[in-house]
Amino acid sequence: MSESEQIGAVPARTPPFWRTRGSSPAGVVFLALAGVILIGWVLVAARGGQFLSLENLVGVQQRSAALGIVAIGQTLAILAGSLDLSVAYLISLSSLVAAETMAGRDGNIVIAVAAVAGISAAVGLVNGLVITKLRVHPFIATFGVALIIKGVLDHLYDGPAGKVPESFQHLGYDRLGPLPVSAILWAAVAVAAWFLLRRTTLGHRIYAVGGDQEVARLSGVRTDRVLIVTHVLCSLCAGIAGLLLASRLGAGAPTVGTDGGYDLESIAAVVLGGTALAGGRGGVGGTVGGVLLLATLDSVFNQMEVNSFFKDVVRGVVIVTAVAIYARRKHGRRA
Amino acid sequence: MTGIGKSFLGVRVLSDVGLTVAAGEVHALMGENGAGKSTLMKILAGVHAPDEGTIEIDGRPVSFGHPIQAQRAGVAIIYQEFNLLPERSVAENVFLGREPARAGLVDRTAMETATERLLAELGEESFGPRDLVRRLSIAQQQVVEIVKALSLDARIVVMDEPTAALAEHEVELLYRLVRRLQERGIAVLYISHRLREVFDLADRVTVLKDGKHVTTVPVSEVSTDELVRLMVGRDLSAYYPPRATSVGEVRLRVTGGGNDKLHDIDLELRAGEIVGIAGLQGSGRSELAKALFGAEPFTRGEMTPRRPRSVREGVAAGIGLVTEDRKAEGLALRQSVRDNALLVARALGRQGRQGPQGLRELLERVRLTPPREDQEVRYLSGGNQQKVVLAKWMTVAPAVLLFDEPTRGVDVGAKAAIHDLMRRLAADGMAIMMISSELPELIGMSDRIVVLRDGRVVGTLPPAPTEEAVMRLAAGEVTS
Repeated sequence: MSESEQIGAVPARTPPFWRTRGSSPAGVVFLALAGVILIGWVLVAARGGQFLSLENLVGVQQRSAALGIVAIGQTLAILAGSLDLSVAYLISLSSLVAAETMAGRDGNIVIAVAAVAGISAAVGLVNGLVITKLRVHPFIATFGVALIIKGVLDHLYDGPAGKVPESFQHLGYDRLGPLPVSAILWAAVAVAAWFLLRRTTLGHRIYAVGGDQEVARLSGVRTDRVLIVTHVLCSLCAGIAGLLLASRLGAGAPTVGTDGGYDLESIAAVVLGGTALAGGRGGVGGTVGGVLLLATLDSVFNQMEVNSFFKDVVRGVVIVTAVAIYARRKHGRRA
Repeated sequence: MTGIGKSFLGVRVLSDVGLTVAAGEVHALMGENGAGKSTLMKILAGVHAPDEGTIEIDGRPVSFGHPIQAQRAGVAIIYQEFNLLPERSVAENVFLGREPARAGLVDRTAMETATERLLAELGEESFGPRDLVRRLSIAQQQVVEIVKALSLDARIVVMDEPTAALAEHEVELLYRLVRRLQERGIAVLYISHRLREVFDLADRVTVLKDGKHVTTVPVSEVSTDELVRLMVGRDLSAYYPPRATSVGEVRLRVTGGGNDKLHDIDLELRAGEIVGIAGLQGSGRSELAKALFGAEPFTRGEMTPRRPRSVREGVAAGIGLVTEDRKAEGLALRQSVRDNALLVARALGRQGRQGPQGLRELLERVRLTPPREDQEVRYLSGGNQQKVVLAKWMTVAPAVLLFDEPTRGVDVGAKAAIHDLMRRLAADGMAIMMISSELPELIGMSDRIVVLRDGRVVGTLPPAPTEEAVMRLAAGEVTS
């Protein structure tokens, strides 16, 4: 028995600080966020405006809440090695189900929320089952489900429908102090997902399945079940986002999800946050940063009154650059 | 296990195989690739269900439909390709799928303490439960697998080719670990191609051939030659083909070659000879091959042919590399034998030279068995896969062929075929460089051995040196 064993202290090798920071990719995105805020502040101040006004901050939070909630769900799916392209249409569907069920009456809110939860869970279940049991690649499976929902929506609706009672609109517009209720909802979803991933067995298994499905299976993880549950959770997040948007609009709309581009945008936010598209690496923290980064960029553009084509070009450059940086860091550490 | 039988798609891979392993016994399982070892192991692991036969553990019959059931019954398998998640910590890997939890909440502290304790029991102090598996060496990852088995309270541990990826000096450590398992009364089923390990470690050995049980004997009652005969069904006494009788002109010359991992490399490879490269893990062996090939180019020094700056330049200059990891770097696993064999030729736009007839002859020349062109290479045995890699290079007839661990994970029969082929290629005028962690192979095959240490050439040994001479140079012990 060696000396150090007797003392019982295994000397911990402390890696240099940039490496410890590197192990949480979330650090990078928040650094970028700080950079964008600084640039925005300088640019807006130069034009005599005030970037960090309360109004503006609230605006950023409100704009990001719906995307943020969808992106949290998307994070779970991507961590498990899957992805979900059906979220945008599911958001539209949820907003319609919510508004139609409520039909302007306060008493129907609970039923409407339950109906949205039920329908989104069912969509998630279908996604999960098609992926695991029929062995269809998640890209195609969720794309197919997206088309199915689109078909149903196009057939039944050609414009906004239903009515959300005023009491439910508090969700979309009210504030507690400087914090919009919608942002609090987003934070709650994020914390729940963070807790799920960090502390629960399901969370550990999501990482395992995304890291290597065969390894997980041979370690006794019921991989199909994990994937299905993950997709149900992802769809539930989309459902919550649908409720939020219905509360903002005061009605349901068949295009609210696709207009917001929630499918690809949520994937972009996840990837911006340093989660590997292949799964198994990353987390909720990065996604929150990714969403805030996109929303802040938007806000800077709005205040600068930049035209929307240029906006998209910059967003594209930011996303590609971020992923290239992650790839480099990962490669560098491996060598 | 009694009377185990299994067929896949009508092909019988196991028939009436029986095996008993006692507590505290190290039982070696041997046989050529395709003899049915892996299938037998997977049946024991619950990955496949047997068509016939029964498995008993501690006298109780068991049947497994899912790996988790085998796990619960006390069977732990350490696969050749580790079952670890590189992005997760050691403790998370050890408890993967059965994290200690209360009401669905993972008890991280319990998980890490338990892992810590098991690591200490094995005397492993070089890493802790929180380290990411990605940062560990292969040998350390193997320790993680063993810790995982122990944490399962496994009573039977199956190790599939555990030394295949280890360097010579790490094998000793593995021996120690296996003996610790043995002391704890665990039955170890040890699958290996390497005879020396079987004699060093095992109490008894079972030989399989063509899916049938050949024999089970105490290791003390059998000789190396007998064992080889039992496995192969023929005599392989002439292990290595005869050495080169004459060497020709210089095919490749480096002077003062260097990059961030290699320094002052002087090396000559001549037509007709096989030059062995020896060195410990991390001494720069693979890096040398990659530098000559252009994959991780030299940044300094002179080289003839011209120093390649990329793989494409290397290949164009007539240099080929048979990589260490054929599955990841040598083959497109989901493509056919034909597509794989033509990879390099097509990359150089020279496919015209290889007509269907030429390809068939080539596959016969490398002794692919059976020489079927349309099969996906992932279904081939390790030995046959390596032959496809060889065929891939032979289509462009390189002047220099570099081999990095050419017979890793390959059975005795295929190994001899590959050795023989290497010798014939040399005799046809190719210059061959071979890296191997297996000293007997290196010594048996090489016309001279260049020893590397810390990225430098520390010596060149004449044909047939002793293992001690090689190790002394490689390890850098001062002998005065």
